[in-house]
Amino acid sequence: MIRLLILCGLLAPGLALAWSDADEARYRAMLEELRCLVCQNQSLADSSAELAGDLRDQVRDQIEAGRSDAEIRSYMTARYGDFVLYRPPLKRSTWALWLGPFALLLLGLVVLLRLRRAPSATPRPAPDAPDADALRRILAAEERDGTNS
Amino acid sequence: MKPYWVALPLLAMLALTALLWRGLALDPSLVDSPLIGQPAPRFSLPALHAERVVSEQDFRGGWSLLNVWASWCVSCRAEHEVLVALSRQQPELRIFGLNYKDQRSDAVAWLERLGNPYVESAVDRDGRVGIDYGVYGVPETFVIDASGTIVDKHVGPVTWEWVRERLLPRLAGAAS
Repeated sequence: MIRLLILCGLLAPGLALAWSDADEARYRAMLEELRCLVCQNQSLADSSAELAGDLRDQVRDQIEAGRSDAEIRSYMTARYGDFVLYRPPLKRSTWALWLGPFALLLLGLVVLLRLRRAPSATPRPAPDAPDADALRRILAAEERDGTNS
Repeated sequence: MKPYWVALPLLAMLALTALLWRGLALDPSLVDSPLIGQPAPRFSLPALHAERVVSEQDFRGGWSLLNVWASWCVSCRAEHEVLVALSRQQPELRIFGLNYKDQRSDAVAWLERLGNPYVESAVDRDGRVGIDYGVYGVPETFVIDASGTIVDKHVGPVTWEWVRERLLPRLAGAAS
């Protein structure tokens, strides 16, 4: 009986937390998505700043309380703004950020392709065919005059 | 002759360069607060000195500053004399402290040594209220109007320049 009770006692902490593998996976994923405001190039997963620890605890508490990922994200952005999200959200104000590089690439490709097809806008005019008679008259006149131009 | 649109990628590059050049002058460590224009978040914390509770209700009825400080914070010393002088020069302005992740005894001793500009300081032992206020560094100062709405936030030590250029115009504007 005593052994049974001890066994239950040892198992109890694991059961009481009710922190599943799915919760752990969500927790880890969430930490990668949120920025440490102190060491701003690091996520909450990587940063050793004290605030990062506090925010990691917040995320853990919220997952335990049953909040969804979206709710946790909006909790953070309500307090710290969009900057706390490691990936900038796609909003009107960030269209240029997200689409800009592709737009520039597209522009470059279009210009390149059009250049290959139409190399020159104004072609040089073809020279006239030489007038053989006029040429002969000029040469004959020069021979008579003794000039050599 | 090359057609005119050959210049477009170059123009796009120059425009991008201008944009990024401007970006170099911005300081990314100054995170914009989404709380500006919002009511001060609710909280209920023990006071540092008096036997009472400090809450966001204390902000109502007049202009307030909420200054986030701690005895372990070195930059807080730099701004402290500004706050002490300000508390004397502008008696209408109530300066509240948020003692952030500190030890009570250290906090009390610090104020005794350096002067106490605060109407009262709220003790935020674990920093939870700090998170609600979007605090990510110490010191930070919130400017709160008479209705309890946050109208401005200053990250870093308060300077006389900030007082002159950002704070006093607001107070004067409200008074008129």
